[in-house]
Amino acid sequence: MTARPAALQLNKICKSFNRVSVLRSVDLELRAGEIHALLGENGAGKSTLIKVMTGAYSADGGEIILGDKTISPQTPSDAQKLGISTVYQEVNLLPNLSVAHNLYLGREPRRFGCIQWKKIRARATELLKRFDLDINVNEPLSSYSIAVQQLVAIARAVDCSAKVLILDEPTASLDAREVALLFRVMRDLRDSGVAILFVTHFLDQVYEVTDRITILRNGERVGTFATNALPRNELVAHMLGKELHALEHLSHHCPPAGREEDVLLEADSVTIANGVEQLNFKARQGDAIGLAGLLGSGRSEICSMLFGLSHVTSGKVSLAGKEFRPNSPAAAIKKGFALCPEDRKTEGIVDPLSVRENLLLALQAQKGWWRPIRAQQQKALVDEAIRALKIVCSDAEKPIGQLSGGNQQKVILARWLMTKPQIFILDEPTRGIDIGAHAEILELIRKLCAEGMTLIVASSEIEELVAFSNKVIIMRDKKMVGMIEGDAITENSVLSAIATPV
Amino acid sequence: MSARFIPVVVTAVLFLALLIAGSLQFSGFASPRVLLNLLTDNSFLAIMALGMTFVILSGGIDLSVGSVLALSSVLCAILVEKHGWHPLQAIPVVLIAGAAFGAIMGALIHVYKLQPFIVTLAGMFFARGLATVLSEQSIPITHSFFDSVNNFGFSVLGGWIGSATLLLIVVFAFGLWLAHFTRLGGYIYALGGNSTSAALLGVPMGLTTISIYTLSSTLAALSGIVYTFYTASGYALSGVGMELDAIAAVVIGGTLLTGGYGYVLGTLLGVMIMGLIQTWISFHGSLNSWWTKIFIGSLVLAFIIFQRGISAGFGTKKAKI
Amino acid sequence: MRTIQLFDSRFLLPVVALALILLTNLILSPEFFHLEFKDGRLYGSLVDVLNRSAPCALLAIGMSLVIATGGIDLSVGAVIAITGAVCANLLNSSIDSISLIVLAGLFVGVVAGAVNGGLVSFFGIQPIVATLVLMVAGRGIAQLINDGQIVTFQNPAFASIGVGSIFGLPSPVVITLGIFLLAQAFVRLTAMGLFIEASGCNPKASSYIGIPVRTIKWSVYVMSGLCAAVAGMIITADIHGADANNAGLWLELDAILAVVLGGASLAGGRFSLPLTLIGVLIIQAMTTTIIMSGIDPKFNLLIKSLIIVTVLLLQSPILRGQIRGFFARKHKAENSAVVESQS
Repeated sequence: MTARPAALQLNKICKSFNRVSVLRSVDLELRAGEIHALLGENGAGKSTLIKVMTGAYSADGGEIILGDKTISPQTPSDAQKLGISTVYQEVNLLPNLSVAHNLYLGREPRRFGCIQWKKIRARATELLKRFDLDINVNEPLSSYSIAVQQLVAIARAVDCSAKVLILDEPTASLDAREVALLFRVMRDLRDSGVAILFVTHFLDQVYEVTDRITILRNGERVGTFATNALPRNELVAHMLGKELHALEHLSHHCPPAGREEDVLLEADSVTIANGVEQLNFKARQGDAIGLAGLLGSGRSEICSMLFGLSHVTSGKVSLAGKEFRPNSPAAAIKKGFALCPEDRKTEGIVDPLSVRENLLLALQAQKGWWRPIRAQQQKALVDEAIRALKIVCSDAEKPIGQLSGGNQQKVILARWLMTKPQIFILDEPTRGIDIGAHAEILELIRKLCAEGMTLIVASSEIEELVAFSNKVIIMRDKKMVGMIEGDAITENSVLSAIATPV
Repeated sequence: MSARFIPVVVTAVLFLALLIAGSLQFSGFASPRVLLNLLTDNSFLAIMALGMTFVILSGGIDLSVGSVLALSSVLCAILVEKHGWHPLQAIPVVLIAGAAFGAIMGALIHVYKLQPFIVTLAGMFFARGLATVLSEQSIPITHSFFDSVNNFGFSVLGGWIGSATLLLIVVFAFGLWLAHFTRLGGYIYALGGNSTSAALLGVPMGLTTISIYTLSSTLAALSGIVYTFYTASGYALSGVGMELDAIAAVVIGGTLLTGGYGYVLGTLLGVMIMGLIQTWISFHGSLNSWWTKIFIGSLVLAFIIFQRGISAGFGTKKAKI
Repeated sequence: MRTIQLFDSRFLLPVVALALILLTNLILSPEFFHLEFKDGRLYGSLVDVLNRSAPCALLAIGMSLVIATGGIDLSVGAVIAITGAVCANLLNSSIDSISLIVLAGLFVGVVAGAVNGGLVSFFGIQPIVATLVLMVAGRGIAQLINDGQIVTFQNPAFASIGVGSIFGLPSPVVITLGIFLLAQAFVRLTAMGLFIEASGCNPKASSYIGIPVRTIKWSVYVMSGLCAAVAGMIITADIHGADANNAGLWLELDAILAVVLGGASLAGGRFSLPLTLIGVLIIQAMTTTIIMSGIDPKFNLLIKSLIIVTVLLLQSPILRGQIRGFFARKHKAENSAVVESQS
């Protein structure tokens, strides 16, 4: 190991919430002039660790050493003053203020008690030029794309004389060109001596831009490795740990296709108001259709359309031979659709209502408010759902927010299964849930298909799509660019279809 | 033109349109005398509405301002009449009391994460209650200083610029400076834009929140003093419901009630529009005073629906980020 | 630790507060609890408290539902004024069917609520602002109907809504109780209450589940308008006249307060109509206590505001945390080893 100085060192950091320990004695060393990846499955403790570094949480134990001083930042602005800046996935700037004001908020140059706007604008323009951004800094931030906003956030962080820059999933909503621009900026910063901690779940990006990797699993550090000395399969093994075998038996398994003439749902050169074009597919009973593509490729947009959240502008969607144009979720539900949404917290669970109430809401909504489900029947339904989906919860009257992500997801699935949908749309059903629940949900998907339900599943995890789909729709730049069927579905075929123009 | 200026431009156009419509109907409607009287007669409302502008910009609300006006006027009258203080001694005490009152409300909102609506509602009851306890009767003020201040001024183009108008100008100049040339101003907009982001960007949340409510209460106390001079008395039941007028003026002035977008000058125009409507009704003669309420209510309605319409320019984006 | 857990029970704090106030009354003047049955009617301070709190209770029932969806209805005071004005003017007209006049009054409430609800749920306007419009304009409309006068009427049948008695109790109390039971049955015997709570907790998820969130939000404002209309008729009948300026003035604030005192969050979510009624009784009993204890009534507002702040603070999890921290420190000073092993 070269003896470059450690810019930031975390020693034996511990943190627990309600006596559940989230970080157990985690060490991390960030050197000046390196890009360091922080990897881990959801729930591994990445975000907690970052929050400890940035002062949003205070650690229960351990020490943070910046340069040669022990620090204990109490707030994010404390950390920033010390030289630790963070840029989040959801840009945490102010949409209503101008770009220049965002860059210099709280550190505006002043003279005679007045902010010197001219100076700020000039400095802001100059600063952004270093990032190849030639934009009008007087315009409100909200008038620019997320990528620009992200770069503005990084520019602000760097200009606040950041010694340590933490980038928390910054590429999640960027396209390839924007990612390339971001990486160029990151490399420049590294070369100028900044220590960058890069949190991402895109492994390609880890290999493209980082120097070292630290992997967390279940609140513990698995290890720190030089990127070029760690093969990808080892990396994945470290991330998934021993539980990897849970996914192993889910090798490709093509459900039996229904009869050709029983087409249930058909899209014929459909264009959707949210931008998706050229959508063509036929789904039969018992089909599991995978929607593959990168984030922002149009996967979720298809789910939205089918569930009545975005309308078809041209082409035709038909359900059992009749034209299908839902204008609201309620209309789609009436036709036998169900949606397990991508963002569980804001679109899925209804917190702080209880687990019981969350389970029953969809069925109750279907029955209407004037026909309440009797208490006895409620108990039977809830007990059955908890048993069938192995939902871990001590008491069905607990607020759903107190359940783990995986169990919350199971509640949402169970909620819809009670309504006996004929088409179940799952948008990223396994995002942010633990590995055990992950396997159980995949198993459930297979079982439902076997029972004749039609599933439409959008996922960013290709191996998952391969495991259960009998058709995979490939999306790129909001266009459907291909469809892979049956035994032709392999991780390689899907990956290369996503990556290369057909 | 940037979308964020549209509401305030609409307000300005509306003001001019009202002025032109009025002057076509009645001669002398748009005279400097009428316009300057508008400023004088609405100076206390304008000062109060300025404080409300900052509160609403930050995404909050202050229901206590009408009661603070009453409390200040009673306090001022008692100190001057019952205790024989010189008004110049009484005024700073009243202002400091107002500031302290606002600071306490701001601290409750920040420290205990209570909703501004309910805290300032309690503040409204408290200030009105304290004013009532201090004196249930109206206290007339006979101090000669009041007369000299009220008589101070000069006439311009047939109109009168009195001390209240001058104070109004100074206070709005201060408001403009605060909103656009100080860090606190930026912090207030930041809080209304997105309070989570603001905290992460290092905006001192507690200090800003407390400053906002302190400012609002201080300006309400100042408007109470202006009101005391205007009526030459202190009365616990003055300014009942004036917080609604102030909120209406801010909305008509083009400030978004969800916070983050709006301008100080818009509020002044909003107050002037409300004043113009009153003037128009009094010129009209046959319309009764309750039409004012109906007009202002309709205007507020029109403005919020209009704001929804153009919020495609900024409101929706704000929600997305 | 035990004391803090007791705080978490939703019913405890409001019930204890009410009990304390009643206990104070018992100590100050035992005749507070004295009831007398005379001329087929019950008399006593307790009956007075119930009777006086009827309009506020009606508003608070509607307000609970509105607040549960994350909204607020500032216009109910103005709706009281409009309903009163409409009824009083109809009473002075040639129409002599009381039921028709009552229906007209209810219709006013429905229209007002429909307008408020429409602005909130179909135009997407913030509830505070949407209902502020009618709060400002409503009294103007009432004055317009009354032509700026206080319109009085002589109609014993209508007046009995406010001053009569049913089953030996003042009719406002019986009407309020009836509406309370009706509302409680409406929200709890059907799934309406669940849908209202779901819409308040997470409107987006609720609409994804197929709950008609917009319609539900709209309907709670209509219900609030209806409740306000009933309250408006009671107040009008009570004083035999419609005063556009003062009828129900600031009563919306008392109603909101009652809901908050009942433990509901202004952010929406869980609600309980019985707790709201306890909140109303706290406010009214407090007012009575102040009068009975010989304190000058001018202190009323001041004391009320201090009690609001106290209750708000007691409900605040942050203050509870501070109290817990204080006790923990104290405990730690006594026996540091125990605390360490606990944490």
